[in-house]
Amino acid sequence: MADIKIKKGINLNLEGAIVDAAIADTRCESYAVVPDDFTGIVPRLDVKEGDKVDAGSVLYHDKACPEVKVASPVAGVVSAVVRGERRKIEAIVIESDGSGRVKRHDVNGDVRGILLESGLWCAMRQRPYDIVPNPAVKPRDIFVTAFDSAPLAPDFSLLLKGKEKYLQKGVDVLRSLTDGDVYLGCSPEWVPDLKGCVINTFAGPHPAGNVGIQIANVKPVNKGEVVLTLDAVTLARIGELFTTGMVPFDTVVAVTGESVKHPHYARCTMGCTVASLLGDGISNPDNCRIVSGNLLTGSRVAADGYLRFPYRQLSVITEVRNSADFLGWASLSPKRFSIYHSFTRWLLGRGKPAEFDAKINGGERAIIMSGEYDRMLPMDILGEFLIKSIIAFDIDKMEQLGIYEVAPEDFALCEFADTSKLPLQKIVREGLDKLYKEMN
Amino acid sequence: MKGLRNYLTRIKPNFMPGGKYSKLQSVFEGFESFLFTPNTTSTTGVSIHDSNDSKRTMTVVIVALIPCLLFGMYNIGYQHYLAIGNADAGFWNLFLYGLAALLPTIVVSYVVGLGIEFIGAQIRHHEIQEGFLVTGLLIPLICPINTPLWMIAVATAFAVIFAKEIFGGTGMNIFNVALITRAFLFFAYPAKMSGDAAFVATEPVFGLGEGTVVDAFSGATPLGQVATATTANPQITNIVGDPISTLDAFIGLIPGSVGETSTLCILIGAFILLFTGTASWKIMLSVFVGGLFMGFIANMFPSATYPASSLSPIDQVCLGGFAFAAVFMATDPVTGARTELGKYIYGFLIGVIAILIRVYNSGYPEGAMLAVLLMNAFAPLIDYFVVQSNIKRRLKRVKTIK
Repeated sequence: MADIKIKKGINLNLEGAIVDAAIADTRCESYAVVPDDFTGIVPRLDVKEGDKVDAGSVLYHDKACPEVKVASPVAGVVSAVVRGERRKIEAIVIESDGSGRVKRHDVNGDVRGILLESGLWCAMRQRPYDIVPNPAVKPRDIFVTAFDSAPLAPDFSLLLKGKEKYLQKGVDVLRSLTDGDVYLGCSPEWVPDLKGCVINTFAGPHPAGNVGIQIANVKPVNKGEVVLTLDAVTLARIGELFTTGMVPFDTVVAVTGESVKHPHYARCTMGCTVASLLGDGISNPDNCRIVSGNLLTGSRVAADGYLRFPYRQLSVITEVRNSADFLGWASLSPKRFSIYHSFTRWLLGRGKPAEFDAKINGGERAIIMSGEYDRMLPMDILGEFLIKSIIAFDIDKMEQLGIYEVAPEDFALCEFADTSKLPLQKIVREGLDKLYKEMN
Repeated sequence: MKGLRNYLTRIKPNFMPGGKYSKLQSVFEGFESFLFTPNTTSTTGVSIHDSNDSKRTMTVVIVALIPCLLFGMYNIGYQHYLAIGNADAGFWNLFLYGLAALLPTIVVSYVVGLGIEFIGAQIRHHEIQEGFLVTGLLIPLICPINTPLWMIAVATAFAVIFAKEIFGGTGMNIFNVALITRAFLFFAYPAKMSGDAAFVATEPVFGLGEGTVVDAFSGATPLGQVATATTANPQITNIVGDPISTLDAFIGLIPGSVGETSTLCILIGAFILLFTGTASWKIMLSVFVGGLFMGFIANMFPSATYPASSLSPIDQVCLGGFAFAAVFMATDPVTGARTELGKYIYGFLIGVIAILIRVYNSGYPEGAMLAVLLMNAFAPLIDYFVVQSNIKRRLKRVKTIK
C-alpha cells in the first residue's frame, strides 16, 4: 500500500452538487444500448426488431472477436434499431415488459468466458488504446479505480454501500485473469477493506481518480504491455455476477448540475431514458445541455435520449447564458471562472461554486501558451508534444512520447484549461483509433 | 448592446461568401468576435471551458505594458525638456510632449502590422488572430523615439511578413516579431538607431516643447557612453552631463528606447504577467540569474579594453534593454522554450549571452535583443533534448522490466 500525492490538476467546484444522499426511485419503460459507448467493438446484431429479450440476453457481438458481447439491461422487446449514416447502429432500443426476467449464468467455469458472455467484459477497458479489452491477450495487471474525482461525480462509498462482499469476490475473480496484480486506487477518504489486491491511495485534485493517472503513478504501461482497467462499481457487479449468477443491471445515478432544481441520487436501470431521471426537474429546459457522465468526459444527450455508459452521472448546465456577450475578453466580472488570475474570480476565494455554460469562450488557435497541459496532466508525459505528434500522426514519436499510456479522459482537464481551445480528447481518440488500425 | 448585436447579425450575410463584401469576411469576423464573444458551444469533449482565451492572454500582456508605455511617454518629455534646459516644465507638459511624440509611431506600427495581418487572414480564410496586438505595442516601446515613421513602417512590414505570416501566422513564428522589427532597423539603418541623435527627441512636436538644445547636451545612452569610453571606470552621465546613479537607472529617467528605461515599471509589468500566470516565471527568473551571473564574472575581471566590464551586475540588469527583454521578450511562449526544464536553460542563456555581447563586443552597446533572437533559434534544440530525456526515461523503463 502506498499513499500517492497528486499535485497537478484541479478540483472544479461547480454549482449543482448533491447535498442530500437519499436515493430516489425512478420508473422507466424504454431503454437503449448505444454501441458508441463500447469503443473498439464493431457491432454485429444478434437480435432484430420485435425480438423478445431477457435482461442479460446478448444484443450484439464484435465483428472481429465474436466472443465479445453486449447484453440487454432489461427484459422486454427490441422496439427499434436506430441507424445513422452508412447504416451505423446508433442505438438499440428495448421496451421493458416489466417481467423482470434475468438471464442466469453458470458461474463455475472459465472466468473470462463468463465475463464475455455476461456482457460485463465490455464494462472494462484496456490500455493501450482505451478500448474494450481484447480477450486473447493476458493483461500484465488489472487496475481498478475506487473513486471518481470528476466535477460533481457520485461518491463511490455511497454507490457501493453494502457491496463489500461483492467487491472482494470481484477481486478474487479478476486475479485469475492476470499473472500480475490487481491494483485498487482509492481516495484517502474511503478505502475498502479488501484482500488479494494492492491498495494505493491517491490524494489530490482531479484527475487523481482517473485510472490512467493511477497507472502512470504506480506502474506505467510500456510498449507491448496490456493492462485492464475498470471502476469499482463494475468490480462489484462482477463480484455479484459470480455470487448470484446474475448480472445486476441496476445502477445509482447522480443527477447533478446547476440547471437541476434538486440535485439528487436516483436508482434506475442502465440505459434508461434521461427524461425518467430528470422529469420536470430542470430549471431552464429550453436552454440547457444534458450530459450523460461528468461535464469533462460525458456524452451530450438529447432530452429524449438515454443514459449512457458508465451509467452513473447526469449533468445538466445552461447551454448559452449570455447570447450577446459584449467585449467578453475584457470582462472584469467575478462570475467567469478561470484557473488564471487574469479574471477577477480569485477575489471571491475558492469556496464559491462556479457557474458554467457550454460556450467555448474563445476561438481555436495554434498552441500559443506553453506548459498548460503539463499543469493538468499528472503523468510523466509531455502533453503538448504528444498532442502535436498525434496531430502530425508521427507513429514513432507518438510511441516514444507515451501514447500507449493515455486515454482521452486523461486530457479532459487539459482541454478544459486550454487557451487555444483545441478538442484534445477528440484528437487523442482519433489518434488512438488510427494507431490501432495501423498496428493491428 | 442587443441593438449592436442585432445590427451585426443583420449585416453579416453581406460579408459571407457570395455576399457583397465577401473579401472582407475575415475582417468582419475579427471585429465581430472582438465585440462579442462567439456563442460557439462545444460539440465534442468537454462541455465546459475555462474563460481564458488567447484574446484575454494578449490583453493581459498589453495591460502589463501600460506602466512602461506611460512612463516612456513621460520620459520622452522629460528628456526633451531637459535637453532644452527647461526640466521644470510641469508633469503634463512633459507627458503630453511624450504622448504626441510617441503616438504616431504606435499608430503606424498598428496600421501597418494589422493591415498585413488582415490581408493574410483573408488570403488563408482564417479568423483574424490577436497576436499583433501585443507586437504592435512592443515595437514603439523598443525603438528609439527618433526613428522615422517610414522606417517603422518598413521594418514592421518586413517582420510581420517574413518572420510571421510566411511561417503560418500567430503561434507559428520562430523568431519574436517585435525583435525582428528592431533587428531589421538596427542593421538596415544603423546610423538612425544608435549614437547620440536617436534616443532623445529634440525637435518640437505639434508645437509642443519649443526651445533650443542646451550647449552641454549629449544624447548618448548610458550603455552608449560606456561602449565608447576610453577609461576603465567611465562616469555615466545624463544628457546634460550630470552623473547618473543606479537608482536613476532603476526609476528610468535616462535616455534609451521608449519602454526599456524604467526597470521599476518593467517590474510592475512582470508582476502582472506572473500573477496572472501569463508569462513563465521560470524564464523570467533565469534570465535575471543569467544576467547577474555573467555581469558578476565580467565585473570580476574589469578591463580597459572592455569598459562595460566595469559595470556592477546590478547596473548591468538595470541599464539598457535587459530587464525589458527578460520580462516581455524572453517570455514570449511561441518563440521560447516550451518544456519546463528547457525554460530554465533558455532563460539563463539569454541572460548570459546578453551581457556577453554587451561587454565583449564593443560594436553593440546592447546585447539583449540579439541574445533573445539567438536563443529563439536555439529554443527548439533545447526542447529537443528535454523531450529526448523523457523518451529515454520511457525506454529505460522497458529495459529494466525485461
